[in-house]
Amino acid sequence: MTATAVRVDTAPAAAVRRRRSLGWLAVVPLLVLTALAFGLPALAMLNGAFSVKDPATGATSYSAENLTASLQGAYLTALLGSVKLSAVSAALGALFGLPLAQAVVTSRFRALREAVLTASGVLANFGGVPLAFAFVATLGNAGVLTRHLGLTDKGWDLYSFWGLVLVYLYFLIPLMVLTITPALEGLRVQWREAAQNNGATTVQYWRHVALPVLLPTLLGGFVLLFGSAFAAYATAAAMVGSSVPLVTLQIADALSGNVLVGQENVALALSLDMVLVAGLVMAVYLPLQRRSARWLA
Amino acid sequence: MARLNLWRWGVLGLAGLYFLVPLAASVVFTVDVPGRGLTFDAYTRIFSTEGFVSSLLLSLELAAATIALVLLLMVPAMVALRLGAPRLRPVVEIVCSLPLVVPPIAFVAGIGTVLKWGPEHLSRTPLFQTFVAIQNPHFPFVLVLAYVVMALPFVYRALDAGLRAVDVRTLVEAARSSGAGWPQALAQAVLPNLRGALLNASFLTLALVLGEFTVAQLLGFQPFAVWIVNVSGSQAQLSVAVSVLSLLVTWVLLLVIAGFGGRTRTTSRG
Repeated sequence: MTATAVRVDTAPAAAVRRRRSLGWLAVVPLLVLTALAFGLPALAMLNGAFSVKDPATGATSYSAENLTASLQGAYLTALLGSVKLSAVSAALGALFGLPLAQAVVTSRFRALREAVLTASGVLANFGGVPLAFAFVATLGNAGVLTRHLGLTDKGWDLYSFWGLVLVYLYFLIPLMVLTITPALEGLRVQWREAAQNNGATTVQYWRHVALPVLLPTLLGGFVLLFGSAFAAYATAAAMVGSSVPLVTLQIADALSGNVLVGQENVALALSLDMVLVAGLVMAVYLPLQRRSARWLA
Repeated sequence: MARLNLWRWGVLGLAGLYFLVPLAASVVFTVDVPGRGLTFDAYTRIFSTEGFVSSLLLSLELAAATIALVLLLMVPAMVALRLGAPRLRPVVEIVCSLPLVVPPIAFVAGIGTVLKWGPEHLSRTPLFQTFVAIQNPHFPFVLVLAYVVMALPFVYRALDAGLRAVDVRTLVEAARSSGAGWPQALAQAVLPNLRGALLNASFLTLALVLGEFTVAQLLGFQPFAVWIVNVSGSQAQLSVAVSVLSLLVTWVLLLVIAGFGGRTRTTSRG
């Protein structure tokens, strides 16, 4: 290497190096804060979920006792209740979201499309307390529809499993519409035409062409909806209290010491169970999303 | 084709019914009180109700602090990733997506445990004062920290989309060769081009903080969402009226974003 070449190269190299270190410096605060505000609670949860305090001596030891306890009795019921509620509402959300998205995508009115998609973006973010109160005002014990239609006599109860499903669908269906719309837009008109030219009926086209292509997106959407419903706490807490067994409500009860004192570590074990389920959901969702992207590119 | 159209309008009609009836019924519920007839009392009472102003102010302050902190952390990091540290990109992406895997209730269970360490182990150290300070009920900074973490996925996606549309490297190099220093290049060349993405990220964070209930309730603070639930037991009409209003405000905000940055795609966190 000659001297001139070195001299030409050093300036940019130094600049690049300086830029690199600048990059590190700019990212470090973000990493430090997440380590403190996210990593520390996560570690505390993990630590607490596995540690057991001996009531007599006060000594702490590590065991899977809390985890076992979190998978028994009322806790197991709550965990299963959450899984069942999330699975049912995610399946229904996917079932109703698909035709709605299809109706919107095939519509010739651009304004309608934009309106529905924007509204979906808004409604998918609409959860929590106001949603609970809107439904209490509509279908609760003193709700407008309940009163005017006399629903209580017909056996309607909002503060039940199916009541919660009905409420959750309010943000799950729009979420499904948002998830599935790009895939529906990716279905080529030519595929349908080719199917028709070969004498396929609409049902056959959907069964053999459209649904197989949509399947990864549909499954991905279902899993996303499941995760969303599984993590939901505010809506249920503001609406039903604890008449429906849900894992989020159990954790809240155990944390605030409403039940037995000393159940905090079981609450942490339940939280760990939840994280595992949510992690599983993401592990299924991400590859599915990638696969559907490959089809519809 | 006619059959197809009928089917489509049927689907849209049913969806319209399902999504509009609860909203309409909520409004009816607040103005048509059984035994009192038509009254707007619930709406006029809102401002004079104990705790409304203070809880709303607390929520707004928390939101402002969260937005400031999350942008201060994320913008330099994201710009730097584009400029000179591409190898860190997967790290930042994973760090910013991890909060999605931890449901808010599990997150707050962890935070609660950490906060309990204060009195248990640290009472003789200066760290204890920090623990007390961040739990000051007038401005619980611990909530800001939690909200920053919860906002990371949304802010990451918003900024990433914004940065993808701009050639940051060229912008910075042009600014630098015109004699601008690093801060100047960032503030005057990069940030104006990211205005849409910054607004988008801020609005999403604002909506998140204003509606957040889980963390605040379990840590025992009383911002807006917690206040509505607490007041609902004694004043049902009022709480629905406030919900209707807060919905309208949030929706207008989100519609503004939708107008700014195309469709918003975020997952809900009920």
